[in-house]
Amino acid sequence: MLNWIATFAPNLVKYWGEFTLSIQETLQMFFYSGIIAFIVGLLLGTLFVVTKKGNIFENRLINWIIDKAINIFRSIPFIILIAALIPVTRMISGTSIGVKGAIFPLVLGCVPFFTRQVDMALSSIDEGLIEAAQSMGISPWGIIFRVYLKESIPALARSTTITAISLLGLTAMGGAVGAGGLGAFVLRYGYQNYYNDIMIICIIITLIMVLIIQFIGDLVIRKTTH
Amino acid sequence: MIELRHLSKTFKTKESSVQAVQDVSLTIEDGEIFGIIGYSGAGKSTLVRCLNMLERPETGDVIIDGIHLGSLNERSLRKTRKKIGMIFQHFNLLSSRTVYENIAFPLRYQGLSKKVIAEKASNLLALVGLNDKRDSYPSQLSGGQKQRVAIARSLANDPDILLCDEATSALDPQTTDSILKLLQDINKRLNLTVVIITHEMRVIKQICDRVAVMENGRVVELDQVVRIFAQPQQAITKDFISTVSTLSRINTLIEEKAAIVSIRTPQQLLRLDFKGESTKEAIISEISKQFNTTASIIFANVEIIQHTILGTLVVILDGDPDNQKQAIQYLDAHDIRVEVLNHA
Repeated sequence: MLNWIATFAPNLVKYWGEFTLSIQETLQMFFYSGIIAFIVGLLLGTLFVVTKKGNIFENRLINWIIDKAINIFRSIPFIILIAALIPVTRMISGTSIGVKGAIFPLVLGCVPFFTRQVDMALSSIDEGLIEAAQSMGISPWGIIFRVYLKESIPALARSTTITAISLLGLTAMGGAVGAGGLGAFVLRYGYQNYYNDIMIICIIITLIMVLIIQFIGDLVIRKTTH
Repeated sequence: MIELRHLSKTFKTKESSVQAVQDVSLTIEDGEIFGIIGYSGAGKSTLVRCLNMLERPETGDVIIDGIHLGSLNERSLRKTRKKIGMIFQHFNLLSSRTVYENIAFPLRYQGLSKKVIAEKASNLLALVGLNDKRDSYPSQLSGGQKQRVAIARSLANDPDILLCDEATSALDPQTTDSILKLLQDINKRLNLTVVIITHEMRVIKQICDRVAVMENGRVVELDQVVRIFAQPQQAITKDFISTVSTLSRINTLIEEKAAIVSIRTPQQLLRLDFKGESTKEAIISEISKQFNTTASIIFANVEIIQHTILGTLVVILDGDPDNQKQAIQYLDAHDIRVEVLNHA
């Protein structure tokens, strides 16, 4: 297969080892930070919604803190955030480079966006449903899990898809500050060395990843929407 | 028994405050269908939400079977709420769950076995006549079917009380009838106390035993539905009654000086209201015979409310004024309410 590829992508074959490694790194960054960001974002988003005024765990302080933290982190461009975070990253992950060093900033870059998406998804649940559940004597925790989260699965699947695709973009940006992955690979060879074949192949690989994410997302949305 | 004592609730915003419920005291007996009617903004929805503490009243007590709901902690309140079912104008079904799962929803996570839950849910499905929709999702149902699911769900924990918040307001007239029949049926069958909030007088007329009329947060009139229809006291009550009665047409005709209601001296245009027994007597022919007067009927209406007949006649009474006077006295003596609508 390498021979076949060599005819129209000679540079890619030359750096084949680095190429496969960078795909692997991208996938690692994507999955590790994605899973952590999903859990943290879901927790924060849910906490944000239920602490709103008039809701089941109304708490102005917590709500205010989450709101402001999201706004602050969302307003910092990711490329600056990742650079500014280096000392903190070193403290938490032990290193600021490579896949390991990229995960913390990626989570931080992704969580505020996802938290807002979760907020939107859960807030679109009709208040009447919450009221109905309360009238049945369902506990606040029951309302969170059995009404809020269960009812917004399609919306959450949509938010997760959007966030996952933007996270994939962020992993490439991490390449600029030593995170490795496809972003770094393209920067090094496709951009600095003008190897167009590398550039094009990497774009196609990214495109395929995005399509797969979108396909899975659509599938979940379709299966859970009634 | 539900007792409300001096209940008040104010909603405050930065600029203003709205007194949604003002000093409401009333008692709802076990097993009765109690209606609360009022225009939107009258405070009836707030009032019904106080009954299960979805809204906490500022002052006053809600006492259900001797328990002060205001004094309960969250946990005991949740337990009490299980015995107070509630249905809503917009049904509030869980869209991600099937009809069966919606009905089973309140039963789960309280230590009941799967078998018990399945049996209860199936019985409720049968009760509301939706066996064939068991595995449908709410989005596949009509409004009436959705409300049936909501009713079944509200009955899952064998409540003693069912609160209906504008439960038929989003439904067409035929569907409203069938839902009202269902409510009446479960009221009898399960000896369930039903509290109905509505702005439609026909809902009150069709199934309620007693009704409270609300205006600006206050109960302005409260009585048995039959009595309210026979002798409404407040202007707002008369307004509500006119929405379900063609009688209000008469007033318009008089105002328009229509030919059908035109009279000349010494004629009088009378409205005669009678109820129950007096409807069976040949009143009109009696006053012609005894007092040498004639009464030509220009309008007649009969309502049957809670098995009581309420009749109304609009007649033009003619004859010697003194005779007319005696005829009216005779009518009065026979428990017929006489109102002179117009005289020449």
